[in-house]
Amino acid sequence: MSALASPQLALAVPVVGAVLIAITGRWPNLREGVTLVTSAVLLTVVASVLPDVLAGNRPEATLLTMLPDLALELRVEPLGMLFALVASALWIANSIYSIGYMRANQEQHQTRFYVCFAIALASTMGIAFAGNLLTLFLFYEALTLSTYPLVTHHGTPEVKRAGRVYLGILLGTSIGMLLLAIIWTWALAGTLEFRHGGILAGRASEAAIAVLLALYMFGIGKAALMPFHRWLPAAMVAPTPVSALLHAVAVVKAGVFSVVKVIVYVFGPDTLATVGWAQWLPVVAGFTIIAASIVALRSDNLKRRLAYSTVSQLSYVVMAAALLTPVSIAAAALHIAVHAFSKITLFFAAGAIYTAAHKTEVSELHGIGRRMPVTMTAFAIGALSLIGIPPMAGFLSKWYMMIGAFDARHLFAVVVLAVSTLLNAAYFLPIIHAAFFRSEGPPVRDHGEAPLPMLIATSATAAATIGLSIFPYLALALTGALTQR
Amino acid sequence: MIAAHLPALQVVLPLIAAPVCVLLRRPLAAWLLALIATWASAAVAIALLLQVLEGGTISYMLGSWAAPWGIEYRVDIVNAFLLVLVSGIGSVVVLYARASVGYEIPVERQYLFWTAYLLCLAGLLGIAITGDGFNVFVFLEISSLGTYILIALGRDRRALVASYQYLIMGTIGATFIVIGVGLLYLLTGTLNLADLSSRIGSVSHPRPQLAALAFLTVGISLKLALFPLHLWLPNAYAYAPSAAAAFLSATATKVAVYLLLRFYFSVFGQSQVFAHLPLPEVLLVLSLAAMFVASTVAVFQRDVKRMFAYSSVAQIGYITLGASFVSLTGLTGGIVHLFNHAVAKGAIFLLLGCVALRMGQPTIERMAGLGKRMPWTTAGLTIGGLSLIGVPGTVGFVSKWYLVLAALERGWWWLAIAVLISSLIAVVYVWRLVEVCYFRDPSGHEDRVSEAPLSMLVPALLLAAACIFFGLYTSATVGTAAQAARSLLENLR
Amino acid sequence: MNVFDYVNYWIAILLLIVGIYIVIARGNLVKKLVGLSIFQTSVYLIYISPGKIIGATAPIIAEGFELYSNPLPHVLILTAIVVGVATLALGLAIVVRINEAYGTIEEDEIHAQDQDPE
Repeated sequence: MSALASPQLALAVPVVGAVLIAITGRWPNLREGVTLVTSAVLLTVVASVLPDVLAGNRPEATLLTMLPDLALELRVEPLGMLFALVASALWIANSIYSIGYMRANQEQHQTRFYVCFAIALASTMGIAFAGNLLTLFLFYEALTLSTYPLVTHHGTPEVKRAGRVYLGILLGTSIGMLLLAIIWTWALAGTLEFRHGGILAGRASEAAIAVLLALYMFGIGKAALMPFHRWLPAAMVAPTPVSALLHAVAVVKAGVFSVVKVIVYVFGPDTLATVGWAQWLPVVAGFTIIAASIVALRSDNLKRRLAYSTVSQLSYVVMAAALLTPVSIAAAALHIAVHAFSKITLFFAAGAIYTAAHKTEVSELHGIGRRMPVTMTAFAIGALSLIGIPPMAGFLSKWYMMIGAFDARHLFAVVVLAVSTLLNAAYFLPIIHAAFFRSEGPPVRDHGEAPLPMLIATSATAAATIGLSIFPYLALALTGALTQR
Repeated sequence: MIAAHLPALQVVLPLIAAPVCVLLRRPLAAWLLALIATWASAAVAIALLLQVLEGGTISYMLGSWAAPWGIEYRVDIVNAFLLVLVSGIGSVVVLYARASVGYEIPVERQYLFWTAYLLCLAGLLGIAITGDGFNVFVFLEISSLGTYILIALGRDRRALVASYQYLIMGTIGATFIVIGVGLLYLLTGTLNLADLSSRIGSVSHPRPQLAALAFLTVGISLKLALFPLHLWLPNAYAYAPSAAAAFLSATATKVAVYLLLRFYFSVFGQSQVFAHLPLPEVLLVLSLAAMFVASTVAVFQRDVKRMFAYSSVAQIGYITLGASFVSLTGLTGGIVHLFNHAVAKGAIFLLLGCVALRMGQPTIERMAGLGKRMPWTTAGLTIGGLSLIGVPGTVGFVSKWYLVLAALERGWWWLAIAVLISSLIAVVYVWRLVEVCYFRDPSGHEDRVSEAPLSMLVPALLLAAACIFFGLYTSATVGTAAQAARSLLENLR
Repeated sequence: MNVFDYVNYWIAILLLIVGIYIVIARGNLVKKLVGLSIFQTSVYLIYISPGKIIGATAPIIAEGFELYSNPLPHVLILTAIVVGVATLALGLAIVVRINEAYGTIEEDEIHAQDQDPE
């Protein structure tokens, strides 16, 4: 059992899967089977590490020594455990969905698609289990590079341009700022390990910490903090399963995960709290929340609205983490999981609508609830969760964020949370209302639900969202352990 | 017994093989001889490195004439590293070049290619191993003459012009070097580099030293293609035969860097002349100029070989930047980038040679859709390109790490940012190539190309794999580079 | 400092400057090579001139010869001359081939021919 429960295995499984997918590329059913089996095995491996972590252990593994005194290390701690669980569970759902979507839309280059997916998941596992900043950075860049072919899947000139924005912003921020921050941290602290209480305590002046914080926060471009958020809406040119991966499973989660990890384990909440100059972060994050919500409100394109909703939701995590109280940090971590399940449901629904009805704009969705009841119910569940209506899981994370904001006496954060909840309602509820309670305009074509695999996946993630709301205990246990010890 | 004479064999083997090649008119025989000579040199180089790692600096008297009157071959950790690099790259290229040369050079001239290549190899190894100042000049000219011939053998007639231009500039450079050595001889009475370094501290007049330093710097910079003396390089690498371009881009400039380091740190280390001349600062500025200007010019090139040639000028800027820090971290970064860039650029030019084999001179337009036709080649080019950008997991990342660290250690945060931003310029030209290869459809007659023969593809991909291998397992390269840096810095005042 | 005591060096510098000037200023490829050769002869002078000691002879090991001029620079310059000759020969060979390929050995005409089919 202990041989199964090793972090390296979680890295190896998707890589082996990728190779197998490449080999079986010519037999689509076999290839799809390999994907499903790989994702199932990954979840098993990741789940097997869980008891160890819950018991208080932190399984470690050293991969190789890359630079003198600096090795590529894996180390499982509660937040990484949560992230890995979410990612591997959602990979299964996403794979089922992809099979339906890619076949229904008769997409090309499907082998390349599934191979890159597997490699992206391997990179995600690497990020989740990273034991130091170097390992994190390596897999972070690997994730950028492995998702590029996924984003630019369709290969049209418009897609190519969007791919440039995607790559340009992500590589620009990571090489220009994040790498600088990491090397500077190495020069200051002599180590890049993730440690409780951070590694910078007493090693740098206040000004240095403030600048370093900026370099990290803006350097982690995957967290989509404004003004480095443009890659997210640009990546909407990708097929919907990729968008689901980007926005729920891997890429953005890797971003905010890294943000929380840096705040908690590199800086340490206590160190940051003493630096007055670091208080810009909740403000910038709050601004992003509101601004992105407004743009979402004004977008008619459904995927674009969901994209800006993601930008906004990511900054919830950043702002909560930036408030530096134990409750708010735990809330931030919880919201990573909540948003993952909710947002993937929403994207699955959007993809189903596109596949079945060929509709992409919100204004076209009148009465679609009648034709696609399951899909739209799932959409409603995801939307209600993100708005934060009790008893949905989203309410739980927002509630804790509110408490954390009060704890930190941060009036601005409280106001932002309140206003943005209203904005979320404003851009989600009309969709649900129109879908179910408005009648369809002149009927364009007759259609029913999306193909079965997509339907299964959508329902599964919607059910998981509800499940998370009813049984949040595992997530709470992991996020609670984050700020202890 | 042979072990005692390894330093001499290092140079003698290729040097003797060269005229024998002239006698062997058959291309196959000439190639075989070149292969054996190169691999033997590589074996000797590795043996020398092991000897040095165990026992310290090796001092070999040529012809048993004692130094400092006789010519001494002096192998320490710095040049042992370089010897292994040059002969290693040569070994890979010579495997590759049989098919490449067979295609690009007329049959009746192929033995001349191998002759020139062996001369070039002998010259480069000689520059690296010798401990005598004038001997440096002699070997420099031997290798340069070989280089001029190699470049002139290119298919395009512009190769002739490029070779001529390089000849003029290279000879001026070598002559400046010999003037510099002559001035040093006048000051100290010796030509032996080790002897020079111990005597130069007692020379009181700064002006002749400054003059010697200036002549040496300009001369070596011409060979090094340090901005702004790099004008010969783009054309030379673009129009030379692919195997020659790969070999030269990976070795010739690196040996010139070694020469610079040897003169600055080992010979002038004890001199007081640096107090009069802000040489590190000058080198820093020129390196930055190289990094930014050359990278930017690369973005606008249509000829892919020329694009990567300009990229070479920029990458050489990184190496000299590392040297200009005059700190352990910086110098380690510069020396390790010697190795890393050689591997990355060697791989890229070898792969471009595979492309050239199938479709003539590679241009951006012609390489459209290459990802479908030559998937392995394109994958290798992507890996090489990622190395130039400095993505973690590739060799380029290791060098960038040390350079940025060295800048931060000095508190020069603006320099750290500059290094990283110049990497982002590399993203532009590398990614343009990647996009063209993978996103566009192949044009017209290009859709019938396929992968190059295995004898070319395998060595090329071997170097591409080395880009990743030495990016992850860096203890050998970084360890040796750090030792070399330490030994160079020890000699400074 | 008496100028005429150092006339060798003045000539060497003159040759150096003249040589480089010709290389830069003249467009004819053969003339450039001539300039290069002139430039290289300045090096010979720079080496040999200091070797000569006033009142000294060649190093003859016999009675009556005490003061020797330095023979080493002569050796070095012989090597340098050989290198120069080899370079010149190679350069001229390349010029011959350029003439075959372009029909001219004027630099600007060659550039013009290269620009057109770009």
